[in-house]
Amino acid sequence: MRRSIGEQIWACAVWTLVGFFVLNLVGMIGSVVVNSFGTHWFNTWLPAGYTSQWYVLAWNEFQLPDILIVTAEVVGTVVLLSALIGVPAAYAMARRNFPGKQAVMFLFLLPLLVPPITYGIPMATVLYQVHLAGTIWGVILANLVPTVPFVILIMIPFVEQIDPRIEAAARVFGAGMLRLFLQVLVPLLLPGMLAAMLLALVRTIAMFELTFLTSGPTSQTLVVALYYAVFAAGVRPGQSIDAMAVVYMVTTLVWLLIALRFVNPTQIVTRAKR
Amino acid sequence: MTATRLPLHRRLREYGLDSVTLLLIPAVLFVLALFIYPFLYGLVLSFHPKAGGWLANYAKFFSEPFLYDTISITLVIAVPVTILNVLLSVPVALRVRLMRRQRLLTTILVIPITLGTVMVAEGLLTYLGPRGWLNRVLLEFGLADSPVRLVHNYWGVMLSLVITGFPFTFLLTLSYVTGIDPALEQAGAVLGARPRERFQRILLPLLAPGLAITLALAFVQAFTVFPSAILLGAPAGPTRVISIVAYQAAFEQYDYPLASAIAMLMAAVQLLVISALLAARTVLFRGPVSTGKG
Repeated sequence: MRRSIGEQIWACAVWTLVGFFVLNLVGMIGSVVVNSFGTHWFNTWLPAGYTSQWYVLAWNEFQLPDILIVTAEVVGTVVLLSALIGVPAAYAMARRNFPGKQAVMFLFLLPLLVPPITYGIPMATVLYQVHLAGTIWGVILANLVPTVPFVILIMIPFVEQIDPRIEAAARVFGAGMLRLFLQVLVPLLLPGMLAAMLLALVRTIAMFELTFLTSGPTSQTLVVALYYAVFAAGVRPGQSIDAMAVVYMVTTLVWLLIALRFVNPTQIVTRAKR
Repeated sequence: MTATRLPLHRRLREYGLDSVTLLLIPAVLFVLALFIYPFLYGLVLSFHPKAGGWLANYAKFFSEPFLYDTISITLVIAVPVTILNVLLSVPVALRVRLMRRQRLLTTILVIPITLGTVMVAEGLLTYLGPRGWLNRVLLEFGLADSPVRLVHNYWGVMLSLVITGFPFTFLLTLSYVTGIDPALEQAGAVLGARPRERFQRILLPLLAPGLAITLALAFVQAFTVFPSAILLGAPAGPTRVISIVAYQAAFEQYDYPLASAIAMLMAAVQLLVISALLAARTVLFRGPVSTGKG
């Protein structure tokens, strides 16, 4: 199809816009990485020299080892529990029609549609009253609120893809619910579960609001610690904050890249579109 | 199992209630206990103020400019950035859908969403700061005489919402755009409709329901901006958004009833805007939209 000049100018304008956006994105990430390795950086394009001392400083000053352990504990537990609660629920949602199914679906959609800060404040209030907020279990429970429905919504189409006759055959041969799940469904659902769990993992690492509202000094995850570091900027050298930011970025992006082997990038936002 | 119980068992199964349906119970109980109950608890708590009658929290919010101004402050940030993000997303999504290899671009754009607002705030503090690369470019090319102030004010928050918000609206719009049958547009072209006409008469009406949802979700996200309003903005002045006062009421003044009241007002504003958007969708686009999708 031949395009008119007007169309070509329009296409050019659109690509310039995209290029400009990506350029600024690269600039934003690049300046953090460069700053974290720079000795002094003042009124020049690049720092005067390069060093890795800021990483050593960040590692000791921000208690990064402790924070990374807490983050791993929180994220690991959230991912496992959300799969344990979410996958059977997704199976039921995909396979059965029952009165009130739409209401249940709406119930699962709500925590994904309402922004965390809106429901996080009343939720943190309740968690403080039962003395769970401030502990690692408070953080885990808070993070499960959006991840359980998230896993359910991702898993429903994966369950629907499986031919129900396979399950019927397993039942004919006498498989109970547990064996049906462990020996038939889980192997078949593995790709979907992997995708759901990896996306839940990436979301939980980056979930700031809920963790911030429910964490105490010993239950901070990496993103909350990063917030406090930026908030108290000036107390410590800016480069060490950027070093911590790079650690956070690497942690998140490595898992994102692994997750993207199993899902399409558009799926990350479109799961909750309705 | 006795013979007398069997009929009930069967009747339940006919309604779709059997052991498989019971697998839903943990998830439903969980959401009820940690989402619905706290929300209702917050609603009730907001009517039990620390002092005064049952409406005292709401009366306080609407009588102190320090508090009620936050609604307009937040709207002044959230509304323009939402409209900008969606307006930019539509032409880009329409262009990208023609691309064969979209994967690289969508992967790049999903990065800021994944990094989250705190990381974007820290990145922009370095990048947009007086000694950052952006100001360096502006000074070097003579576009500015002195560094432009882009952090610790309105623009910092605005730009952070573009960096995280545009990829979100774009990916969402792209998923709606790719759902439109290309044959419809080709038919329009065959019948002699020019690109602008094809957009206005074919694509836009088909896209409208999706755009209304995109607008609603993007607005809700921008309206609850929190970490970047503190880190990149001026949390005492022009970017004192509603989530900041809700947080301060709860965790700095320990006035949980007032904090709950502010959270409920936050939810109410979001609900109002979303219902207005969805109502506008049904009023503006009736009839052909529902039949044109097939």
